[in-house]
Amino acid sequence: MPDYELRVNGKTRTARTDPDTPLLYVLRNDLALNGPKFGCGMAQCGACTVHVDGKATRACVTPVSTLAGKAITTLEGIGTPDHPHPLQKAFLDEQAAQCGYCTNGMIMTAKVLLDTKPNPGAAEIKQALAGNLCRCGAHNRIVRAVQRAAKAAGA
Amino acid sequence: MNPQPNRPSRRAFLKRGGVIVATFSLAGPAAVAQPRAPLPGSLNTNRGLDGWIRINANGRVTIHTGKCELGQGILTALAQIAADELDVAYARIDMVSADTARTPNEGMTAGSLSVQNSGTALRYACAEARSLLLAAAAQRLNVVAEKLSVADGAIGASPGRLTYWELAQDLNLKREATATVKPKPPARHTVIGKSIARRDLPAKVSGGAAFVQDMRLPGMVFGRVVRPPSYRATLLSVNEAAVKAMPGVVAVVHDGNFLAVAAEREEQAIKAAQALRISAKWRETPDLPPGGAGLYDHLKKMPSRDTVIKRVVPAAASGGKVLTLEAEYTRPFQSHGSIGPSCAVAQLKDGHYTVWTHSQGVFPLRTDLAKALRTAVSNITCTHVEGSGCYGHNGADDVACDAALLARAIGGRPVKLQWMRDDEFGWEPYGSAMVIKMQAQLDEAKNIVGWQHETWSHPHSTRPTSRPDGSFVLGGWHLAQPAPPSTPNNSPQPSGAADRNAVPLYDFPHQNVLLHFITDMPVRTSALRTLGAYANVFALESFMDEAALAAGVDPVEYRLRHMKNPRARAVIERAAQAAHWKAGAKGDGSRGRGFAFAQYKNLAVYCALVADVVVDRRSGAVRVTRVVAAVDAGLIINPDGVINQIEGGIIQSTSWTLKEQVNFDQQRITTRSWADYPILTFPEVPEVEVHLINHPDENPLGTGEGSQGPTVAAIANAIANATGKRPRDLPFTPEKIRALSA
Ligand code: FES
Ligand code: FES
Repeated sequence: MPDYELRVNGKTRTARTDPDTPLLYVLRNDLALNGPKFGCGMAQCGACTVHVDGKATRACVTPVSTLAGKAITTLEGIGTPDHPHPLQKAFLDEQAAQCGYCTNGMIMTAKVLLDTKPNPGAAEIKQALAGNLCRCGAHNRIVRAVQRAAKAAGA
Repeated sequence: MNPQPNRPSRRAFLKRGGVIVATFSLAGPAAVAQPRAPLPGSLNTNRGLDGWIRINANGRVTIHTGKCELGQGILTALAQIAADELDVAYARIDMVSADTARTPNEGMTAGSLSVQNSGTALRYACAEARSLLLAAAAQRLNVVAEKLSVADGAIGASPGRLTYWELAQDLNLKREATATVKPKPPARHTVIGKSIARRDLPAKVSGGAAFVQDMRLPGMVFGRVVRPPSYRATLLSVNEAAVKAMPGVVAVVHDGNFLAVAAEREEQAIKAAQALRISAKWRETPDLPPGGAGLYDHLKKMPSRDTVIKRVVPAAASGGKVLTLEAEYTRPFQSHGSIGPSCAVAQLKDGHYTVWTHSQGVFPLRTDLAKALRTAVSNITCTHVEGSGCYGHNGADDVACDAALLARAIGGRPVKLQWMRDDEFGWEPYGSAMVIKMQAQLDEAKNIVGWQHETWSHPHSTRPTSRPDGSFVLGGWHLAQPAPPSTPNNSPQPSGAADRNAVPLYDFPHQNVLLHFITDMPVRTSALRTLGAYANVFALESFMDEAALAAGVDPVEYRLRHMKNPRARAVIERAAQAAHWKAGAKGDGSRGRGFAFAQYKNLAVYCALVADVVVDRRSGAVRVTRVVAAVDAGLIINPDGVINQIEGGIIQSTSWTLKEQVNFDQQRITTRSWADYPILTFPEVPEVEVHLINHPDENPLGTGEGSQGPTVAAIANAIANATGKRPRDLPFTPEKIRALSA
């Protein structure tokens, strides 16, 4: 098995695995990151979303061998409990979850939206999150949290 | 594997874990000699105070509950209750939940009963602990306890004040609860009734370890299971040797029809499982029921246990002309569809299994694991760790058994096993398909004088149950020496299961409610949020609208005419008012609104709601644009928590109602991914508005399942209002709605 050098949350990390190993397992198991979740492994739910060079990417179908020289960011990389990203803070302020299993995908997808469009309307937020599934019905809270984060960032 | 000689005693195990919680089990049912006075909530079966509460010298309070966090916010609500009754700051409370070695046995976290069972127990246990602390302080200070006040664990006024933490050493909670100390009156609540932020969310928004999926233990390997291609397939051959030789593979388990692998790395386990699957040859039988409309005729013809659920015959039959109405409603098999497939971590060490699981009932799970593993219950510890939202009996218990079977084969090293998406869709037990036949008689004044409700359904609870017979974990069924299930029962009224909410809360003089309970399960079924109530309320409340229409009376007014229960009337009126309901308003062919009401289980939360829909007449697509609900949950512990549950229920039910159906051919379940089982997405989600009616002097009522029933019926009524055509066959897909209008 070859070694892969990955740039994750600003640090260089290595993992020894097969080239076709989905990034998700490397992040979760080799790098002990909890943010990205396994939901479907088929790019259908969004639970595994990370950023690759600033783009929302489904780690469950992204082979580790395709990431040389790219910047990977996970939920852990955008903020911490002590210094939360405005989105993380807004999700708490709006209590925008039930089980929270989808939360990683929601925040990571929303971040890309806010990076390109700082002041989206509710319809735009819903469109941006259309490919992220939530089974608990936390959708409206999530939309409000994204709006709140947008406001906080703009303030 | 046989139990080994030097298995550590339970106490030693607890010590090792750095925590000693003893004796609640001594006061448990086994020790019962003579009948004792009933105690409130779960105190009745877990009577030792120390099983619930620990006051620590370091200024913290540990609360033990047998209930577990499922994303419903229960641990936050229970901590609020404890803080208020003990008079300590909320921030001092630590929660320990659902652990067969450390907490009370409160059975299942289900049925919207946690606040009722565990919350009530904690109110009384904490009130009693507080009074014991006050008594101890009074003695030390040489004053009368009644004169002492408490603020955040500090007793009396300084100087000479004492704290709980100083008294912790002397306080002996190793005693049976008496429930003689009354919990605080609502007027003195300072934490109960507040929307305290959920304690589990900070980790979840920042990548903290929050789920069993996030567990990592030293030396841990990864497992995957290979299930048969269909329910009753038998394994003919499999190439184990080739898979064992694959990179990283630590173990292959082949035991009867049970196949599983473990490997050093997760992707290796997945590849090995794939190879095992490809190499396995099975014999299958085409024994599934017909799909489509044929399913329901088939269901009605299956052998059933028939029960009269309720029969009321009026003293004098009303004379005169009656109008008889009749209709039939159907609901397909539906999936829990947890976003995270089920997962467990298991380890077998020194003959003792430790299983970390997101099961809703760690004690019942342990009983059934013991049967499948052929070991004593005392050789297993089950500890709850959160999983993805489950909404009932999903794969949680089954995957725990799979992981334990793998752990047994590996020996010593812990194994984490997560189901793949298609394991979850293909093998979780679904919410049962149901048929409901309704009949009503209206008198000359167009009031309902007779009401018949007849339900056909498979079982709604095939969970591990702690019953002596039968085992309800999948892996055990597939072993060469199987631990098979026994015939499931239908829980009795007043809660019921298949018949849940089949009994109308309305005051109909003549009532006849029948259940045809079909215990045979060609398709595996069990508890999906609300059990039978979703479909029964769909039928009951749709039919109420049909009757109102036949009577020419506004549906809200018609409901009120037949309802005496004052709290039910109040939520109905509140919902109508909040939604600006206009009596007699007609739909315009595309837009419409519908009303529905239910009290969940006829004894939990009251919920009435108005749904607005837009129907695209050409495509048949239905959009639910807005739902306004009114809710009476008795004493509200955490208002935002109640709103979150009701709102989540409305959105989930909208998804079930418009989109969801599990499909199968003659042999196999064909719903295996989200592509086969679309659920509601962001752009399709309705706006939701929830109005709470607080009754601080009433008992808190379970809310987790209150809105699903009313939602489906209100949507059906709204579609009928919009188009003049009534949908009776779930889900309301564009094809079906188009066909109605054609
Ligand atoms: S886990 Fe990657 S999209 Fe579902
Ligand atoms: S909060 Fe549970 S899946 Fe979204």
